[in-house]
Amino acid sequence: MPRRDDLPPEPKSGAITPPERYANRRAFLKQAGLFAGVGAAWGGGLIALSGRGAADPPPAPAPIPSGEAGDAWQRIARPGDYDTDEARTSFEDVTTYNNYYELGTTKSAPAENAHTLKPRPWTVKIGGEVAKSRTVDVDELIRRFGLEERVYRMRCVEAWSMVIPWVGFPLRALVAWAQPTSRAKFVMMKTLLDPEQLPGQRRPVLDWPYTEGLRIDEATNPLTLMAVGLYGAPLLGQNGAPLRLVVPWKYGFKGVKSITQIWFTESMPRTTWRVANAREYGFYANVNPEVSHPRWSQATERRIGSVGRIPTEKFNGYGEWVADMYRGMDLTRYY
Amino acid sequence: MAATVPVARRRPLRPLAWLQPAIVVGSLAPFAVILARGLTGGLGANPIATAMNQLGLLALIFLVASLACSPLRVLFRWRWPIKIRRTLGLMGFFAACVHFGVWLVLDQGLALQAIAEDILGRPFILVGFLALLLLLPLAQTSSQKAMRRLGYPAWKRLHRLAYVAAGLGVVHYFLRVKADVSEPLVYGVVLLVLFAVRAYDFRRQRSRRRAAALRG
Repeated sequence: MPRRDDLPPEPKSGAITPPERYANRRAFLKQAGLFAGVGAAWGGGLIALSGRGAADPPPAPAPIPSGEAGDAWQRIARPGDYDTDEARTSFEDVTTYNNYYELGTTKSAPAENAHTLKPRPWTVKIGGEVAKSRTVDVDELIRRFGLEERVYRMRCVEAWSMVIPWVGFPLRALVAWAQPTSRAKFVMMKTLLDPEQLPGQRRPVLDWPYTEGLRIDEATNPLTLMAVGLYGAPLLGQNGAPLRLVVPWKYGFKGVKSITQIWFTESMPRTTWRVANAREYGFYANVNPEVSHPRWSQATERRIGSVGRIPTEKFNGYGEWVADMYRGMDLTRYY
Repeated sequence: MAATVPVARRRPLRPLAWLQPAIVVGSLAPFAVILARGLTGGLGANPIATAMNQLGLLALIFLVASLACSPLRVLFRWRWPIKIRRTLGLMGFFAACVHFGVWLVLDQGLALQAIAEDILGRPFILVGFLALLLLLPLAQTSSQKAMRRLGYPAWKRLHRLAYVAAGLGVVHYFLRVKADVSEPLVYGVVLLVLFAVRAYDFRRQRSRRRAAALRG
């Protein structure tokens, strides 16, 4: 018989598993497993179902082209005449929070799907009421008109805004070069129609190809820009590479992306969002805090990168250069 | 003869004891994820809008899930969904409250006049607000005690409002999107299917009762 102090010390009675619990150990383990498995599956499912729209890692800026095509990119003018000195929205935010339904209808989808869009080689057809129709390469346009930077506010119809340093050339230079006839009252622009490159066009969410337009005096206003880049580098797909319209006093949806056609017309073009819902989206779409969108107020906006709301300015603060064009027009009717 | 070792009798665990805690923990997970992403910049360029979208969608998912419990019993004779129906409904109410709170405080900055104008003047916001109001009495009468106090038939009638609230939630979502209505449509169709199962069951039970009354 061993002596008592040869044995390991006995556990305290409270630490001993009660026999009925010991007998239940398999049932207990099974329940613990079911709890963990079902809890994780339910939680994971909910996160997957509700959690879309999360941000992506920032993409790299597009490379600046070398050789002849890159010359213009090395000599970007910065006249600054119309620039705002407000804080610029970060490159990451400008390139991950986009409305470009042809690349997906969530804000993050365009950045995720942009790789399908091939911005070079790229040609633009210019026609309609012009002296001579032509098809021209986008790099030819860049060489011909040169590049300048414009730091503009961009106000989305969804009541958020950004400050973006665009790179491009004034549309008025292209209009002068295209030599419109006296019958040309409007300029219409269309996005590339190619479901291979723009897979969102496989679903009839909008009437593809996306079509936008300006009155000829709006098109030749010195503020109106044909953008080919931002932050000093060529546009990424999600921002409308390689060529897009920027009209800073109008809501962002006027800024048609990835343009392949520029057409001069006598009658007002049927613009995409107006076709989709004429009561909510007009042809003019001038930023105007006094004219609410039927579903939400346009009185304030959130500047991306900050939390609070700021008052929205009429013509997005560009009234001194553009208000004259609308003198005598009822802007609540022609919204 | 071998000595008999006393064998402890197995006291069986309730077979579904794990279900309710699993649903509670799983349901809270997306809130934790949204909060963590919000604090670390993981909600992207417009975190307030993204959080509101996700919380609103979450509320709708919980409400639709809670309304799926009875139809699942009707269709498959499962009893377990009823055990988590209250939890799902309360989670939906909680998500709707956080959604509303984010809009009120973070989005609108408690600008009361703008908030009142939005609620009264914009159908999209009014519909969402009504859905939240309808959920209030349901959340308040969700306990067993409240059910006993009201009596089961009255409680049941009151809680049919959950269908109206979820329907308004779908309309609120529908009115919010600009062009791509596919997702609100999915929730609308699911809700209609659930409602159809309930209606079918209701009619079947009524005809059974009538047949029984005739026989009796």
